[in-house]
Order: sequence, then structure tokens, then C-alpha cells
Amino acid sequence: MATAELTQPAAAGPGSLRKWATIIVRSYLFRKLLKTAFTVFAVTTIIFFLIRLLPGNPVEQYVNFLLVNYGLTYHEALDQAAALFSIDLDQPLALQYVQYLGNLLRGDLGTSILSPGTEVSAIIKRFLPWTLFSVGTGLIVSFIIGMALGLLMAYRRESPLDHVLTVLASILSSVPDYLVGIMLIVWLGVQWKLVPIAQMRGSMSPGMQPNLSFAFIKDIFFHAALPIATYILTRVGTWMLSMKSSTIAALEEDYVTVARARGLKDSRITTAYVGRNASLPLFTQFAITVGFIMGGSVLIESIFQYQGIGRILIDSVQQRDYPVMQGVFLIITLAVVFANFFADILYSWLDPRIKLGGQEE
Amino acid sequence: MSNSSLAASSRTSGLLGQIWGSIRTTLRLMSYNRVGFIGFIMVLLIVGLSFIGPEFIPLDTKTKVDQIYLPPSWEHPFGTDHQGRDIFSQIVHGGKDVIYVGVVAAVLSTLIAVTFGTLSGFSGGWVDTVIMTITDIVLTIPRFPLLAVLAAFVTLNNLAFLGLLLGALSWPTLLRAVRSQALSLKERDFVEAARALDLGTSHIIFREIVPNMMTYIVISFTLSMTAAVYAQVGLVFLGLVPISASNWGVMINLAWVRGAIFYKDSLWYIMAPVLAIALFQLSVITLTRSLELVFNPRLRSGE
Repeated sequence: MATAELTQPAAAGPGSLRKWATIIVRSYLFRKLLKTAFTVFAVTTIIFFLIRLLPGNPVEQYVNFLLVNYGLTYHEALDQAAALFSIDLDQPLALQYVQYLGNLLRGDLGTSILSPGTEVSAIIKRFLPWTLFSVGTGLIVSFIIGMALGLLMAYRRESPLDHVLTVLASILSSVPDYLVGIMLIVWLGVQWKLVPIAQMRGSMSPGMQPNLSFAFIKDIFFHAALPIATYILTRVGTWMLSMKSSTIAALEEDYVTVARARGLKDSRITTAYVGRNASLPLFTQFAITVGFIMGGSVLIESIFQYQGIGRILIDSVQQRDYPVMQGVFLIITLAVVFANFFADILYSWLDPRIKLGGQEE
Repeated sequence: MSNSSLAASSRTSGLLGQIWGSIRTTLRLMSYNRVGFIGFIMVLLIVGLSFIGPEFIPLDTKTKVDQIYLPPSWEHPFGTDHQGRDIFSQIVHGGKDVIYVGVVAAVLSTLIAVTFGTLSGFSGGWVDTVIMTITDIVLTIPRFPLLAVLAAFVTLNNLAFLGLLLGALSWPTLLRAVRSQALSLKERDFVEAARALDLGTSHIIFREIVPNMMTYIVISFTLSMTAAVYAQVGLVFLGLVPISASNWGVMINLAWVRGAIFYKDSLWYIMAPVLAIALFQLSVITLTRSLELVFNPRLRSGE
């Protein structure tokens, strides 16, 4: 169908145009894009109204602050507040909302209250990469280790190794991540003095220039080591347990028996037949995990004093710096939404049934 | 006269006996999974200590300057804090609020998930589309950052509101599970039979479908309780919600703010609440293994 149309494109006319349109609309990618766009829109709308619902409207509070402390006239104060929040307060709410969306599209997120002149987008540009780096590394490493150990546990079912690893995985997956972080500091840093926790704060050593040298890469891993270790320790248990159960299910499938009967090598059966199919359910968990680990980064970065976007969020909430809070929360949510989108694409690439059937689930 | 009262008393003892019998059956079923049973005992112990313990162990509030950061001893099982107060008594008094908020949140999120999940799976069509779209959006918003922003709404020591706030945000995963269960149960013969007898939608949902999902509901109730404890203690730890009573989260927050983690002597001040929370989470999660056996008869292969 599709190839036939590719050979005679221009001669088509409205009929084939409609056919193309239906193909695009029904495609998996398009529907996922639409869902992502709708989620982004819904989240930005929720954030806009949420900030205005917060007790003691922050914009009015700031106007009052200016009136009292700087002796401005009401209109001057209003103008200044409007410039900071990038909101025109004289406008009705509906128009403010439209302007807010317009500003967002131009990448204008307003200016920080506490450090005037610092644009929120500049703050995000500076701190977001560190969170993406540490969270991404932790997620991928825990995923790989969890898959490998889960596969091992399923192959050595009911052996002492399996029992030990299962107990370990259950404990790791149920202890909150920030408690693991605290315990890492208390035991590794203070009681046993194995790592220099004070030097490990921040995202890189002072005077370090971002480049691709070995020293720089070593330095950023040194500073991110404890957050990454926490992400790995708290996530790996869940991956192990679900990989174990899905591998046990996959081992009983007919195609594995057939592959054995055909005399394929065990290593090939493990990777191409069992491993690939058993890992599929894990990708559906990816969506929830990304949200959870990004959310947890807020706590973890505060504990380790890591200069990421999560710590900025907590600082801005504690100091009531609303424009920063609004922008940073939006960026964290967007990061999760796009990570979900890419997980969906990856999943459809690994499991061709989804693309062909055109149906999820 | 005497005859009938005798009959009545024997009937009540019969009822008591029945209740005792069903408790015994439940306990026997739970003990089949040894790990789950240990979790059950631990949960009972922690809940008992947190709710009955404060009646017997008074909260130590006196500042004793000469007893700061004492190591654990018989008198102070977990040592003393930065003002020389007994840490063990704080642990005993600090569990009640944490568990209360967790239960409030779990009740609300389970109610939302079961009601709208069955509705969504059972009715299909545009109702299903609307509910699932909302669920997907709430599911993608990272919960803890949202809670950090919303924490501004929590007023001083308003635990019930904190619980409701946590519950109002933690239903999406369970709702999806309930919906897929309802979708598969809807096609079963016994539901078909109820429909053929014209027993009505509410009868079908509450008498036929929900009892068959009891395993899911009970397990996700306990799991959403652990999620609520996680978020709650996290918020208190960062000092984002104004809660001032003795509470495991507040204890970690105080120990952290005062830098107790950085001294060798103050180890127990920070480790006691950390261990209490970790142990509680672990016990509740292992408890679900035994609950599975009680609520899902198909798993009892031994009988």
C-alpha cells in the first residue's frame, strides 16, 4: 500500500491525500505525539492556575512588599511585579493566560525575585544538565544491572543465590531513597570515613572548565557519585524482581523450546529469545520510574548538596521565589513527559506488534 | 424463659466462635508465607507501639545539659539527643502521626481508584476515554515536586489535610490496574449471568466485580500507604510542611538541621527514626505477600 503510493505521489489528488492523512493519523508515532502535546498543554495550564491559587497570591504579595519596603506608588509596584513575573496584572485572567502561553513558546519564563535580573531560563540552562546527567546515568546503570541480575535469578531459580538476591532486592526496593542517601552519608562519609563527602558537594570542583578532557569527566563523576549510587541502589531491586518474574514466564514459552530443539546456542537463546522478550514489560515500567526518580532527585540533590534542578526547586519553594518555582517545576514535568515519549518509541521499536496492530495494550 | 435465654447465649457464643474461627483461619493462611507473616507481626508491633505505647511511656521533654548525646544504655535504649532527652520515647510517640496520615491517604486514593477504575472499565466509551486521559496526565506529573509546590496549602499541624492531599495525587497506578481487571472480569460467565438476571449495574459492580478484585484492592491499599509515608516524611524532612509534633519525619529533619549526621556521638539520633521508617515500610511491603494468600483463594495450592 504505502510503497505503491510512494511511486506515484503528485498524480494523486484529494483521494490519496486523505489516505495519507489516515495513515498518519492512525500511526503510533502520531498518536503518541498528540498525547504528549496534550499533556504538555494540560500541565502548563495547571501550573498557571496553581500559582494563582497559592495562599496569599504571590504576585499581590510582591506588590505589597514593594509598596511597604521601597515606597513605590501602586502603579510602579504593579509594573515592576509584572516585569518580574512576565504577567501584565491589569489584564483579565483569560488574557494573562494567553500571554503566559505566548511567553512560554518564546522560551521566556520570567525573572527570579530573589536575584533580580537573573532569567529563569538561564537558571534552568545552568542546572538542568546536571540533573539529567546524574538521573540518566543512575537510571540506565540500574536498568542494566537489574536486567542482568534478574535474568541470573530466573536461570538459577530456587538456588541459594536466588534467595539471597531476592531478599536483597525486596529490601532495596522498599527503603525510601532519601533514607538510603542519609545512610550513605552517615556510614560511608562520617562513621567509616571512606569518602570525602564535603569535597563531593556541588556538581564540579571550582575552577574546572567544562570540556571533554579526562580530568573533567573524572571530576563530574566524582561529584555525582553519591547521587548516582543512591539512584542505582533504590531502583535496582524493582528492576531485578520484575525481570526475574518476566524471565520465568518467557522461559516457559513455546518459542524457547523450539529454539532449544533447533540446537541454537544457549547464549543466543538467552539474549535474543528470552532476554529480549522478558525485558519488554520493563519498558512499560520505565514511564513510572522516570517520574519517580526525577521526583526523588528533588530530595537526593538536597541531601548531597548537588547543584541540580531539583535542589533549585526546593530552594525556590522554601524562599517563595515563585517565578523560579513555576519554571523549574514546568521543566521537571516536561523532562518526564519527553522521557515517557522516548520510552514509548523505544518500546514500539523493540516490540513490532505495537506498530503493526496500531493499538496499545 | 430460661430456655430461650440459654439458646440466645449459646447463639452468641456460636457467633463468637465463628469470628474466632475465621480469625484462626486467616492467621493460618497468613502463616503459609513465612516472610509475609514476619511482616505482619512487625506491622502489628509497630502499630501497637505507636498507638498504645504513648500511654505507658511518657514523652521525655526535659532538657538535661549533662546528658547530651549519651550512647545507648538500658536507661536510654537509643541514647539521648542534642538536649539530653531520651530518643526511644520520641520514637514511640512519633509513629502515630505518620501512620495516621498514611492511612488517610491510602483510604482516599483506594476509594478514587476503585470507583473510577471500575466505572471506566465497565462503561467504556467516552467515560473511559475521559477518565484514562486524566489518569495519564496525573501519572506523568512527577508527584514529589508537585507536592513540594502544593505544600504551601498545608496549614500548621493539619495532618488530615496533608493525608487527603497525598491521597488525591496517588491513585493513577491503582486505577489502571483496577480498570484492566474490570475489563477482563466484565466478560466472565458469572457477570454475564448476573446481567442476564437483570440485577442492575450497582449489583454487578459491588457484588460481582469488586469482591473479585479484593486482592488488588487490599494490596494496593498497603502499597499506597507506603507511598504516602514516603512522600510525607520527605516533605517534613525538607521542612516544607509546618508540622511540629514529635514525628519520625520531624526527628530526621531536626537531626539533619542540627548537623547530627556529622558527629560520631550523635549517630543514634539520626539512625533511630531512619531505621523506624525503613522498618515500617519494609514490614508493610512484606505483609502484602501474606495478604495475597488470604484474599486470593486461587493461590492456596496447599489446600
